[in-house]
Amino acid sequence: MSQKTLLNSKEIGIILHRLACQLIENHLDFSNTVLVGIQPRGIYLAERLASILRDEYEVKDIELGYLDITFFRDDFRRSEKILEANKTNINFVVENKKVVFIDDVLYTGRSIRAALTAIQSFGRPEEIELLVLIDRRFSRHLPIQPNYRGRQVDAINEERVKVNWSENEGEDMVYLINQEKDN
Amino acid sequence: MSELSVNHLLGIKYLKEEDIQLIFETADQFKEVINRPIKKVPSLRDITIANLFFENSTRTKLSFELAEKRLSADVINFSASQSSVKKGETLIDTVNNILSMKVDMVVMRHPNPGAGVFLSKNVSASIVNAGDGAHEHPTQALLDSYSIREKLGDVAGKNVVIVGDILHSRVALSNIFALKLQGANVKVCGPKTLLPTYIESLGVGVETNLRKALEWCDVANMLRVQNERMDISYFPSTREYAQQYGVTKALLDSLSKEIVIMHPGPINRGVEITSDVADSKQSIILNQVENGVAVRMAVIYLLAAKIKK
Repeated sequence: MSQKTLLNSKEIGIILHRLACQLIENHLDFSNTVLVGIQPRGIYLAERLASILRDEYEVKDIELGYLDITFFRDDFRRSEKILEANKTNINFVVENKKVVFIDDVLYTGRSIRAALTAIQSFGRPEEIELLVLIDRRFSRHLPIQPNYRGRQVDAINEERVKVNWSENEGEDMVYLINQEKDN
Repeated sequence: MSELSVNHLLGIKYLKEEDIQLIFETADQFKEVINRPIKKVPSLRDITIANLFFENSTRTKLSFELAEKRLSADVINFSASQSSVKKGETLIDTVNNILSMKVDMVVMRHPNPGAGVFLSKNVSASIVNAGDGAHEHPTQALLDSYSIREKLGDVAGKNVVIVGDILHSRVALSNIFALKLQGANVKVCGPKTLLPTYIESLGVGVETNLRKALEWCDVANMLRVQNERMDISYFPSTREYAQQYGVTKALLDSLSKEIVIMHPGPINRGVEITSDVADSKQSIILNQVENGVAVRMAVIYLLAAKIKK
């Protein structure tokens, strides 16, 4: 197994600020916009963006929720891995709101497909956008593309993109991990 | 742990402590789901579940059916009163006929103890025991413990007394297994005639004085007197039973601390508890019913995850 660094903590910082600015460009004061982090790994990115918007760009009253998609996934009983549920915490109705889904890596698009179904339990949004830190090209199973992307990556199937956050792994880093055994 | 250690839920006796924790953690998520504006998830859209009730039931049957529908499973219902059981068909034949219609899971209530275990050895579907005679009623015990955990934060170390007709109660036995597994202290309380002879061998205390039992406990689970299972008289009269073992508001108020009152239903108001106790702030009877749906969703979801494609 080998790994190479895709983004270091400084680069991640720059990208987060750019993404925050792009969000402001489209949503101005966020009065009709809600941010939704996709569980389990999208919530760190969502929290970071929310705090940048709040502290550095003085956007007040950002509504931030977490959406768990476990029960909406299409691989229940099909994957070897047992699906474990996480907490959903959405204390607002998304009816007629602009929703921004936030996740760390966009790969097959199936998680986002599940999230599109799951969010319907909380109302009918006016529109839904997608923000991801890493967009893996050429690996989509579904016609889903991000509106905001941090970095585009070409990774082949055996490779895995791992996003570490200082909140849970002690560092802000993005790695490309090759899972094939070295000969 | 993310997987149950069992393929069927036949009784609490067959579960490990980690299974119970997994069911509770999953139920937490489902409890959030059933409080959404749209209370349904599509997880089990390719699963068909048969509810076979060979004995009467209202809330358990409704609770299971609702749990199944909230998970998007296809549901078929069967009750013995309208079936070929009356024409002499055996249990295995009845169930195998139903399974030929491509059913993946069976939720069964049956008057005979061990019916679930018997069935699990003879048919291929996942079996959920929804009560077998006076033996076990595992989902009731799980929702009771879940409700205690929700109200008091933890089950371990809590003092729980089960009051009433222990002899004829499947709720009592499953509750004793579940509570002991989670590290609670358990006592049973009732007239001697309604306590099984070797009940102490399960590691529970016995108390025949209701006031002493209530002074000791944090939670009192009040059971109904199961007249339909009594072939002889176990106590002189209902009025005398109510005087000795019925909880009244006056009795509750005279205790040194506030205890939690539970009841698996159906309540005989004025017998095991009075109306003002059942409707008081200390009672979590309706929370138990709400939690029942979430816990049953968790059980069905986790068992369905183990059905191979």
